[in-house]
Amino acid sequence: MAFKKLERRPLSWAERTYLPQILMGLKITLWNLFKKKVTLEYPDVRPVIPNGYRGIPTLVKDPRGREKCVSCQLCEFVCPPKAIRIQPGEISAEAENAHVEKAPREFDIDMLRCIYCGFCQEVCPEEAIFLQNVFSLNGYSREELVFSKSKLYEMGGTLPDEHYKWEKKRRAAEENEVHG
Amino acid sequence: MTYLPVLVAFVKALIMISVVMGMAAYAVLAERKIAGWIQGRHGPNRTLLPLLGHIPILGRILTRIGIFQPVADGLKFIFKEDPVPGHVNLLYYFLAPCVAFIPAMTTMVVLPFGEMDGAPLVLANIDIGMLFILAVSSLGVYGIILAGWAANSKYPFLGGIRASAQMISYELAMGLSILPAFLWANAPGTETGLSLFNVVQSQDTVWLVFWQPLSALIFLVALFAETNRLPFDMPEAETELVSGYHTEYGSMKFGLFFVGEYTHIVIGSGVLVILYFGGWNFLPGFASPWPEGWLGGVFSTLWFLGKVLTVVFFFIWIRWTLPRFRYDQVMRLGWTVLLPLALANLILNAILIALFENWIV
Repeated sequence: MAFKKLERRPLSWAERTYLPQILMGLKITLWNLFKKKVTLEYPDVRPVIPNGYRGIPTLVKDPRGREKCVSCQLCEFVCPPKAIRIQPGEISAEAENAHVEKAPREFDIDMLRCIYCGFCQEVCPEEAIFLQNVFSLNGYSREELVFSKSKLYEMGGTLPDEHYKWEKKRRAAEENEVHG
Repeated sequence: MTYLPVLVAFVKALIMISVVMGMAAYAVLAERKIAGWIQGRHGPNRTLLPLLGHIPILGRILTRIGIFQPVADGLKFIFKEDPVPGHVNLLYYFLAPCVAFIPAMTTMVVLPFGEMDGAPLVLANIDIGMLFILAVSSLGVYGIILAGWAANSKYPFLGGIRASAQMISYELAMGLSILPAFLWANAPGTETGLSLFNVVQSQDTVWLVFWQPLSALIFLVALFAETNRLPFDMPEAETELVSGYHTEYGSMKFGLFFVGEYTHIVIGSGVLVILYFGGWNFLPGFASPWPEGWLGGVFSTLWFLGKVLTVVFFFIWIRWTLPRFRYDQVMRLGWTVLLPLALANLILNAILIALFENWIV
């Protein structure tokens, strides 16, 4: 057994008065008095949010402004507190992105139910939903904190990713037609 | 024109009360700021008064050091809802804060705070000043006991019991510890008596703390116990008794206890400075450089106030350094250490004085 037996020597006379110890303690607290303060003055000074932080989930668009969500509803199904409600909708045949076929008609996230687990971001095949670094939300009513699609896009903004999956699909389809 | 002296005395008393109350209020602020600094925090730094707080640079500094905080604290006490629990004894419940507060304010009457042309600056220069302070300040504990009793609930009750036990234990050591100071101050041929002013005048070359360090230490420890400050804050011990004797009090009634407690600290610091740290005398070994006339009065008062504030700082500093004693440890320290030590110290000093007078002089 690796343990060390400490000698318990009797306290000396000075130690039994406790006065030297009290003076040592006073020295330590006096030293602390002039040290740098550790308080973060919160509303004025914001903490540095680390990468990979899980704040509120929002929808994102691609750099060309196309909404990435195709309303597959995987996030709705995976969401443990059932905070996400999606009503799928069709993309009209005249639209430029008609080949994507579907987009959400309504996309609501109830921020009061959301537990910031990040499952929706993990499960999304289109990389359309991301957790942001916003960690404090407030509102005056429950309804106010159910974020609609437009609000979610407004908070999410654009994902600067030059991947353009659906462009590639379209091009592949066109080439197939030419060669096929 | 017989009412003029009365009016002057009234104005003087008013000034004294406002100064001491102001010091008590800012002692609360100092407590919070120093607590913060020692714990790596900032302490109160947001309270802002309109106009005064908006002066470009000065206002910002004042806000940061929390100068306006006592105003906010006071207003909070006044405007808070004042619930009276249904199970209390109403008469004693309302009486207790007054009984705790009034003795704290009364002791300042005999506390000299400066010197002008050889005369003390004090509201009432009576030659039993020390006796008066001891007698009246220990009345304050009745407020605490009464509060604990009237609240008719167990934590205040325990707090009240502890307060009375502690007061009895430490009053003895305190009384015995100041006797050597007066024995030495009463050199043959002087008429010091128990007057606080003459004690200070006798320390114009050597402060008594260098001559009587043991008495000073015992007095200091007993003072901590008498003012219910950590490490002796048995009566309110937050972690054990919720908040002790004032658990059932809210609003301004709690405020009275609170202000009374801090007034006790300010007055206690004043007594400590007067007895052992030379009062308004300049540094030990130097003659006081205060000029004649009213200017000397102002300087000596400021010097005295500076010393008092240093002691108040020490009180706060100790509070955030030492943990609280256990109740039985407090009792053991009082009865088996401080009391015999104070007695031995008194007898030793009496023998020394007898030797000094009979064989050396």
